[in-house]
Amino acid sequence: MEYPNNLKYMKTDEWIKVENGVGTIGISDYAQDSLSDVVYVEFAVDPGDKVSAGDNLATIESVKAAAEVNMPVSGTILEVNTGLSDTPEVLNEAPYMDGWLVKVQLDDESELDALMDAAAYEAYCQNR
Amino acid sequence: MLKTIGVEKVEDLFAQIPEAHRFPDLNLPPQQTEMEIAADLAEISGSNGSTKDLLNFIGAGAYDHYTPAAVDNLLQRGEFYTAYTPYQPEISQGTLQAIFEYQSMIGNLTGMDVSNASHYDGATACAEAVILAYHHFRGKRHKVLLSRALNPQYREVVRTYMQGITDLAITGDEQEVGIDADLKNFTALIDNDTALVIVQYPDFFGRVIDYKPLIEAAHAEGVLVAVATNPTALALLTPPGEIGADIVVGDGQPLGIPLSYGGPYLGFFAVNEPLIRKLAGRLVGATTDVQGQLAYVLTLTAREQHIRRDKATSNICSNQGLMMLASTIYLTLLGKHGFKQVANLCYQKAHYAAKKVTSIQGYEQQFGETPFFHEFVIKTPGHVEHLLEDLRSYDILGGYDLSKDYPELENCLMMAVTEKLNKADIDLLHDALIEVTHD
Repeated sequence: MEYPNNLKYMKTDEWIKVENGVGTIGISDYAQDSLSDVVYVEFAVDPGDKVSAGDNLATIESVKAAAEVNMPVSGTILEVNTGLSDTPEVLNEAPYMDGWLVKVQLDDESELDALMDAAAYEAYCQNR
Repeated sequence: MLKTIGVEKVEDLFAQIPEAHRFPDLNLPPQQTEMEIAADLAEISGSNGSTKDLLNFIGAGAYDHYTPAAVDNLLQRGEFYTAYTPYQPEISQGTLQAIFEYQSMIGNLTGMDVSNASHYDGATACAEAVILAYHHFRGKRHKVLLSRALNPQYREVVRTYMQGITDLAITGDEQEVGIDADLKNFTALIDNDTALVIVQYPDFFGRVIDYKPLIEAAHAEGVLVAVATNPTALALLTPPGEIGADIVVGDGQPLGIPLSYGGPYLGFFAVNEPLIRKLAGRLVGATTDVQGQLAYVLTLTAREQHIRRDKATSNICSNQGLMMLASTIYLTLLGKHGFKQVANLCYQKAHYAAKKVTSIQGYEQQFGETPFFHEFVIKTPGHVEHLLEDLRSYDILGGYDLSKDYPELENCLMMAVTEKLNKADIDLLHDALIEVTHD
């Protein structure tokens, strides 16, 4: 299981990487492994949408379950990886790379402080 | 057993009910033998009027077709005899195959890519179309337009289903029904805040209307269009899929399901591939097993609660399995040719009936020359309620009084004709009408 160091994590298994005020958001390796084969990604946001931390941004359906993906931060949606709807398997293959879900312009970078770093998230996952 | 649970007598089990209400006196007749009860019940049921003994011209959403005896016989086989789709589906290959065949037939009839394994009836299938559309636009479109020529019961059920969703207006059916289909005014209501438009084809009045311009106008605003339809009519008409419908729903009752107060009926629901993930209920697919043999599997249950939990957008999973099977057997027995023949008989006989009825002084077709399938609206010279009462003395159920649902259609009687009625029956109606009109 991979827990890249340069990301921040939520208890609900989303990750965010922030560069120049722009956050890229996806789900963790642990999440994709728990879900097993992803068969569909349904987005709940469009570019331009104003979103708050905790808002639903997508639903990921696997052969086992459907899981909600939530916003780790507040901001404005810049980009949505709509290609995933046709190639959902990418979420299993590369959750930290091509499997990203949305990009967001952050309102307030201090919201990141509420999230876990890689070590904390790894410890959290190992105790589940 | 009483001793084990620590009570003395059976009456002690009811100790928590207030004493005054514990053993009320029941006003029951003296006891009877089973034979006596059977005789009593037969006498009571004998006072019912039935379409077996009466000439029936009532349609309005439920149609009196002939069902081959084999439908019921096959239906009552123990392997099939449950209303439910199985919870461990792959173990019931026979049921899955039946659902697969049903879906294929509905797909063929409607001209759509996929059908689910059914809903309760046409009305609830309509409501599911609204739910689908609402979620398709993620609640961002706030209007659903219902044609006034959509079955009034369907419209009522849609409103009941959606009453909890307060930011969605169900509208479009306020304007009175005119002589023509009023499609221009209705189409003008479509805008980019509209999620869904529902029209009926043939409409509630039996009219066959070209919805192509309306569908194109809807699509130009990104609006989904659902067409509620009659499966028998689709044996003759261009399927809704070919005129651009996004969703096709309807009641499968005409397909071998008896007329019955309150059902059970059968709702069908079909979409094209872009909406396949939004389809409520379940979808059965065919594949091959490890030995390379044909096998049926539950391919998709995208909206159901066992996958979506609290985010499920539909409650449909235990659908009308048995009614679905009845319609599949019915269509299989008739075959493509036979089914077309049924539809054609309905069409021809209805047109003969309309001609006969309008040959009587004072009776005319309310909607003039508008094409119709097997149901039509007659403007009568008198009070429809009285007319229907008088016809009952001739053992004729003369039709459906429209004034209850459409105050603007005063003195209008809607009549349906199926293959079960023959020329002599229709002529009898004609003669009876003349007599009751002249009284």
